[in-house]
Amino acid sequence: MFGIDFNKLRFLICDDNAHMRRILRTLLHSFGAREAYEAEDGATALEMYIHYVPDILIIDWSMPIFDGLELTQMIRQPNGNGNPYTPIIMLTGHSDKRRVMMARDAGVTEFLAKPISAKALYQRIINVVVSPRPFIKTKNYFGPDRRRNTTNTYIGPERRQGGKAEVIQQQALLDKVKASS
Amino acid sequence: MANTRRSRDASKAKIEIETYPDYQIIRQPNPLQGAMKRVSEQGHDDPVARAEQALSDLSGEFEGWMQEECNRLAQAHAAIIKQGLNAETQAELFRAAHDIKGDAATFGYPIAAAAAESLCRILEHAPDVAKVPGDLIAHHVNAIQAIVREHRRFGVDSVAGELSRKLRGVADEFLAAVNKDRPDHLEVILAPSIIPAE
Repeated sequence: MFGIDFNKLRFLICDDNAHMRRILRTLLHSFGAREAYEAEDGATALEMYIHYVPDILIIDWSMPIFDGLELTQMIRQPNGNGNPYTPIIMLTGHSDKRRVMMARDAGVTEFLAKPISAKALYQRIINVVVSPRPFIKTKNYFGPDRRRNTTNTYIGPERRQGGKAEVIQQQALLDKVKASS
Repeated sequence: MANTRRSRDASKAKIEIETYPDYQIIRQPNPLQGAMKRVSEQGHDDPVARAEQALSDLSGEFEGWMQEECNRLAQAHAAIIKQGLNAETQAELFRAAHDIKGDAATFGYPIAAAAAESLCRILEHAPDVAKVPGDLIAHHVNAIQAIVREHRRFGVDSVAGELSRKLRGVADEFLAAVNKDRPDHLEVILAPSIIPAE
């Protein structure tokens, strides 16, 4: 059975509401995390994300300057300054289907609707640490594989053309980040 | 220090890219594997219970926090009365209501959260917010404040719940009427949340 050594993880919390940041910090520290940085707007979060290289981001949707969706889109740039593969947990009061789809299509890894619970947050963190999904890059998407279920019963159109794959090995991304900094 | 550790760990991880005609699949060894540990099934460590206890220890602050959120909502509403409904005043009222919608249940005020959600829906889905009746907004703001203020009174929850349901009913009727020519939008408004509770 696997658990998580939270003191080996570095978190970046981004929420404009100070009370919610305090709650998140309390939950993460009680899970065992030592490093939890905080930002109160999207611009500060982007700077901190590049500077601190967090392992996991927890971001709100509605924020000043630029919101959580825009922040996600900036992070999910294959040739950006930071690590575009960093897991992003979107914690938000928005929970309608349209918003969830928008977040998914921006490259959010996990979606967590407020009100927050310790169990739900823990479960999302377990998901991103224990079961990371491969990334997909298309003409208009870069982010975690949006197909969570591999089912043979799908009968809709096949949107990926497939064919024979060309497999190439690449330098690890964080090495590139290190080399460029 | 910690950045160096990360780069060293990452140097072992090679990215593999499968390239297809119209997409690529990018895989890398789990970069967070170092944070996984084996634990005994008989172990007594329960991080979720620990976190719930920590939240409970923090709960003494919640009443004050909730009052601050209510004051912010009242100030945003006062700005609308004074300056009128424009992009800035509307955005501030929405942010204040949206925060209550997200936070209030955690603070122990789930009925206030429901009333705040109803206000958020009006501000988000009315095609022309300038045409939203002022009374509809005022009733929501007043109700949220009253629910929070009277929270401790015995038996108030059933009245507060009824008030919140009535507000939601009036808000939904309003949204259905003003969106009657936008069936696609109406469908989005009335669709239930698809987020699992846990």
